[in-house]
Amino acid sequence: MSLLEVNNLQVQFDTTDGIVSAVNNVNFSLEEGKILAIVGESGSGKSQTVFAMTGLLDNNGSATGSVKFDGQEILNLSNNELNLIRAEKIAMIFQDPMTSLNPYVRVSEQMAEVLVHHKGISKSEAIQQSIIMLDAVKIPEAKNRIRMYPHEFSGGMRQRVMIAMSLLCHPKLLIADEPTTALDVTVQAQIMHLMSEIQNEFGMSIILITHDLGVVAGNSDEMLVMYGGAVMEIGKTEHLYKNPTHPYTQGLMSAVPRLDDANEKLITIPGNPPNMMLKPVGCPFSPRCNFAINSCSTVTPNLTKITENDHFRACHVPIEELL
Amino acid sequence: MNNEILLKVENLKVNFNVSSEDDMPWTKQKKLQAVNDVSFDLNQGETLGIVGESGCGKSTLARAIVKMVPANSGKVIWLGNDLLTLNKSQMRQHRKQIQMIFQDPLASLNPRMNIGEIIAEPLRTHYPKTPETDVKLRVSDVMEKVGLLDNLVNRYPHEFSGGQCQRIGIARALILKPKLIICDEPVSALDVSIQAQVVNLLMELQEEMGLTLIFIAHDLSIVKHISTKIMVLYLGNMVELANSNDIYENPRHPYTQALISAVPIPDPMIEKNKELILIEGDLPSPVNPPSGCVFRTRCQKVQEICSKEKPEFKEAAANHKVACHFSD
Amino acid sequence: MIVANKNKIVEMANNISENEPSTGRSLWNDARTRFIHNKAATVSLFVLIAIVAFSFIGPYFAVWSNEQIDWNAMGSAAKVGMPSIQSGHFFGTDDLGRDIYSRVIQGTQISLMVGILGATVAVIVGTLYGATSGYLGGRVDQIMMRIVDILMSIPYMFVLILLLVVFGRSIGMLFIGIGLLSWLDMSRIVRGQTLNLKNKEFIEAAKVIGVSDFKIIMRHIVPNLLGIVAVYATLLVPGIILTESFISFLGLGVQEPLTSWGALISEGAGTISYDTEWQLLFPLAFFVVSLFCFYFIGDGLRDALDPKDR
Repeated sequence: MSLLEVNNLQVQFDTTDGIVSAVNNVNFSLEEGKILAIVGESGSGKSQTVFAMTGLLDNNGSATGSVKFDGQEILNLSNNELNLIRAEKIAMIFQDPMTSLNPYVRVSEQMAEVLVHHKGISKSEAIQQSIIMLDAVKIPEAKNRIRMYPHEFSGGMRQRVMIAMSLLCHPKLLIADEPTTALDVTVQAQIMHLMSEIQNEFGMSIILITHDLGVVAGNSDEMLVMYGGAVMEIGKTEHLYKNPTHPYTQGLMSAVPRLDDANEKLITIPGNPPNMMLKPVGCPFSPRCNFAINSCSTVTPNLTKITENDHFRACHVPIEELL
Repeated sequence: MNNEILLKVENLKVNFNVSSEDDMPWTKQKKLQAVNDVSFDLNQGETLGIVGESGCGKSTLARAIVKMVPANSGKVIWLGNDLLTLNKSQMRQHRKQIQMIFQDPLASLNPRMNIGEIIAEPLRTHYPKTPETDVKLRVSDVMEKVGLLDNLVNRYPHEFSGGQCQRIGIARALILKPKLIICDEPVSALDVSIQAQVVNLLMELQEEMGLTLIFIAHDLSIVKHISTKIMVLYLGNMVELANSNDIYENPRHPYTQALISAVPIPDPMIEKNKELILIEGDLPSPVNPPSGCVFRTRCQKVQEICSKEKPEFKEAAANHKVACHFSD
Repeated sequence: MIVANKNKIVEMANNISENEPSTGRSLWNDARTRFIHNKAATVSLFVLIAIVAFSFIGPYFAVWSNEQIDWNAMGSAAKVGMPSIQSGHFFGTDDLGRDIYSRVIQGTQISLMVGILGATVAVIVGTLYGATSGYLGGRVDQIMMRIVDILMSIPYMFVLILLLVVFGRSIGMLFIGIGLLSWLDMSRIVRGQTLNLKNKEFIEAAKVIGVSDFKIIMRHIVPNLLGIVAVYATLLVPGIILTESFISFLGLGVQEPLTSWGALISEGAGTISYDTEWQLLFPLAFFVVSLFCFYFIGDGLRDALDPKDR
């Protein structure tokens, strides 16, 4: 049994301009100890997918479908029930560490609060454990630094603090929503390196949300490509990079400049990101797809299996024609 | 590409006076060295990429060149004239030739003007006697060049996507047919697939119109793709300057080496087997930079001489300059 | 590997059907739509328009002018001067036998004029002053704002009363007095907004293009200030009307036979114990309703022009 099983996840928002479908029929599963990267651009629905799973949707959002964590259905649980799962079983870190940490409270208090609340231990004991965790994420002089305020840390340090905080209760699943997008590239390398070390040590599963194909390549076992709220392709990272079988995935791979490639021109995907206010009909990528056939704009393609294990794509056009 | 030197920057320094929050009103303000002794030449038709991470001073450098920010010392020699010595109206003449595009595509457009007015503004500013019909024609011309449909001319910026807004910004920069365009992180705020469109557009336009570009970004992959030569900055100082391919194949400065190694390559095989050079520690405070070599606090090759003597920025190989005591 | 298909791009371009320039949806249009959805603000706008219309059209229905004295009612307003349609005194008479209906119309005209004109002057002076100060920054800004600080610290009422006593009561003096001091708040607000706008990238872009400082202020800064200026202007009008009313209440405002709401309220309040409530209630009603309208409209404008529209 997988650690996480998501079936038919739909997320809608009730806005003044009508109902917006942010996520349409997302299916995936995640084993213990594996890292899944969810890749997509703006409007792809990647963040809303995980917000729905962890009960963080805005008030006007509603989710349907099934999300089973460790066998237990967690979609649409009440806040009280979810709080038992948050931090202890599923932890989350966000893109901007400055806004995830309370600027008025010392780091020691914020970290201790997690342990005191979830494990019921004393505050001093909690601070001790927090210091140990800060050491594990390589914050120098953790014992002194823990008494500082968030703004006294640099961006990279703050993200390490966030990672430390998320690990305090040894969760089974860590969700990282664009954890390095706001960081410099050398700091990003440090943080991703840290995350892979932590993953080896603690053995938890990770869902990594990002738009950076380079980060995905070095830090994930499986990847899920989303566009316009739907899954385009899902499978082992190696397979998708070697043989992308969906026009969007192929387009993304060609559009990203590579440091080791002296190409003359980048091959672009024409058009603009989707307008999520309009209800999608058929495949959301069809307006920009070079291979679109008639059925693409009328019938939504289902995820179909490709020959290799666990490699799925949602496309009407046969693979042979995409090569 | 002829060898005419368009822009020659010599020993440019930009400092800011800052006071920290717990200073008293009478405490002397500290000096923040944003740009420290930067020099480079730019030939016609070239693209100079400037890379560096937060706090390296690349944006300040760009703004100092166009005098948006006052420089403390040095020269910015444009077509033989030192821009820093010119007064406002003299500078105005040269502004026709030097344009800029910005990082946040939407914020760089006045929300109360429609895009026709926005694109026409440089033309109306410098050639106010141009008849309306000519203005409309020029706007229409340049919109077509950047791939914007003519019938969008009355729309307002908030009605466009990020990529389209950046095209509007590019159209505005092009209408006076400038010689040099400074691009300050023009694609950082855009989606990946749109970044490629804009980068391609810039490269096409460069070829078509004989433009010279300064391209500032933190994404080394994009910079290498578009630039002919690359300058690496760290804490306001130049650490390396060489041709794009050279920098990638033969980086001589430890910081450049770490930077290149940190850039993730979209290829799982390469990534998993990569030997990562990790720089530890934090960026030092620019108010209190390390003595000698500014990178020494995080450098793997650091030795005693690094704290005593600031390495000279000099040629280590043909067209390849480095500031390091151990650059071989 | 896919190749960007030129045909695909052309096809997409053709999908955008109109070939004539389409009119854009400016931010003002968006704001107007939002304003209309705000019921309180829209109703207030209509009521205010009605009141203004009343002050123009009302005189055509008046039987008595505002200066005529009804000798019957003089001195015995409580018995004879009640509001009635037959006597022609729709709102009743005051103690001197003057028709309150016409006096209220005149009061409306005067009060609204003082309020709106005063606010207009304050807005123009305050906006230009504040925008210039904020944009130029540095020493000029410091000096300009210190002048504002000094003027603001002068007790407003005190100076106004002093001016009116020393130089005599006239509507001109009233304007000068109110005008001298009511632009100060506006200049501070505008300066604050300008400081905010100054650092936006489109201002930087304008500078790099080489647009002159004056054009930047007029073309780039002021239009983006108009939102907040409009909101505060609609709140300035009732403020000025209140000031003028208070002055008139004290007996220092407009001179007879001109009258204003404040003066009428003052007279009406003075005779309230004599069973002549109408003398107070009518001018008071107009006064209160108008002020409420201005406040609701101001609120509605603030919500409609909220910059969080993107």
